[in-house]
Amino acid sequence: MESALTERGPTLTWRLIGRGPDDLPVTADGEPVTAQWAWGGATGRGVRVCVVDSGVERDHPVVGQVQGSWVVVTGDDGPVVEPTETGDACGHGTACAGIIRRTAPECELYSVRVLSERGSGSGAMLLAGLRWAIQQGFDVINLSLSTTKLRFTEELRALADEAFFQRTVIVASAHNTPVESFPWRFASVISVGSHREADPELYLYNPSPPVEFFAPGQDVSVAWLGGGTIRSTGNSFATPYIAGLCARILSKHSRMTTFQLKNVLYLSAANVRVAPGGTP
Amino acid sequence: MDDQLSAELLQSVVDVARAMFGAAASSVFVFDEKADELVFQAVSGQGESFLVGRRFPASSGIAGWVVASGEPMVVNDLSKNTAFDRDLAASTQYVPDALMAAPLTHGDRVLGVLEVLDPVPQSRSSLDELDLLALFARQAAAALRVVIDRAVDTTMPKRSQALHLVASLQELLEASAP
Repeated sequence: MESALTERGPTLTWRLIGRGPDDLPVTADGEPVTAQWAWGGATGRGVRVCVVDSGVERDHPVVGQVQGSWVVVTGDDGPVVEPTETGDACGHGTACAGIIRRTAPECELYSVRVLSERGSGSGAMLLAGLRWAIQQGFDVINLSLSTTKLRFTEELRALADEAFFQRTVIVASAHNTPVESFPWRFASVISVGSHREADPELYLYNPSPPVEFFAPGQDVSVAWLGGGTIRSTGNSFATPYIAGLCARILSKHSRMTTFQLKNVLYLSAANVRVAPGGTP
Repeated sequence: MDDQLSAELLQSVVDVARAMFGAAASSVFVFDEKADELVFQAVSGQGESFLVGRRFPASSGIAGWVVASGEPMVVNDLSKNTAFDRDLAASTQYVPDALMAAPLTHGDRVLGVLEVLDPVPQSRSSLDELDLLALFARQAAAALRVVIDRAVDTTMPKRSQALHLVASLQELLEASAP
């Protein structure tokens, strides 16, 4: 079934199907890192998290305060970013924001809407919104979106590298179907797919990237329009859990670089065991 | 849509989708980019007799998200959410509890959306079912392309056809670029 789904080209691992944590044992070198050390007791306080998506509904009880909202609109010379009072066009961004809030209750949440007021979102809008968010120096950017348009790839790659070196962590969803899309394929971002386990706090490292981590993404309770909730499935909802964890880690270890942060996620993943000692 | 063969093709797509998932209804929407609207193009089950041809805004709701993101989506517990596309649901005279939607794409363009309402419980919230939906959506997209191409052949002047062909070639070249 899986091979039939995979389009021509290299096999992509975009989520965990038919396998559980016991099927993905990973032995790592390094100093053991516990969840308690990494984010225990941390709430994300002071960490600025930006949701680049469809917008976030204002005053949603699950999401709480959104510190700032912007929208990408089409200007005379291309997409421009401006402050907005509009909420969420369809609920997806609100869902992501709610998961981040649930995971990191005291983080600061911001929203950049990259779906145009009219018509579908485009790679250009996504690029403009992401670039702007990186320029603002947010600590964490949640991007439960990607583009399949190859002409944006190199610009996206350069942006992701820029974010990596300035300590803005981009947490990006793998596409829900086995197609090439970006920026989740880049090593400079933290890419997330979903697993089917019931534990809402379980996340796993994937020993066969490009997707690096699997988090809960099946039948997840998410905030939705009108102040309510629904249940939904997809990599989109696994990603904000990892973004929230990143916020908690950074609130406890504020000097951490992006590569350190990824290493902490790696070493404290449920399926990763740190081997004692090293080879002389 | 006056073309009987096209109508039959899309009707078979929604009939099969509905049967595959044991669903209350299934629909194919065409994305009218110029009007920024989604148009019911074929319906199986609930609403079959009156929904075809009806339009709604493409920039909102779950179908709107699918158009914008190019990704499939599975949602449950909709009937507990009072804000769920209340106007649209009321206009279609049916409020589903669960919904699956997948984009119908050609290259990186979204041509429309395949939607399945109230699939049987074992089909819900399963990543496998999401895969099945996405897999079937590829076939549905191919059918939709045939329908659109046939419509273009009969209604579009030759110059427009040539431009359409050039645009398709450009997409192909961009998609195959290293």
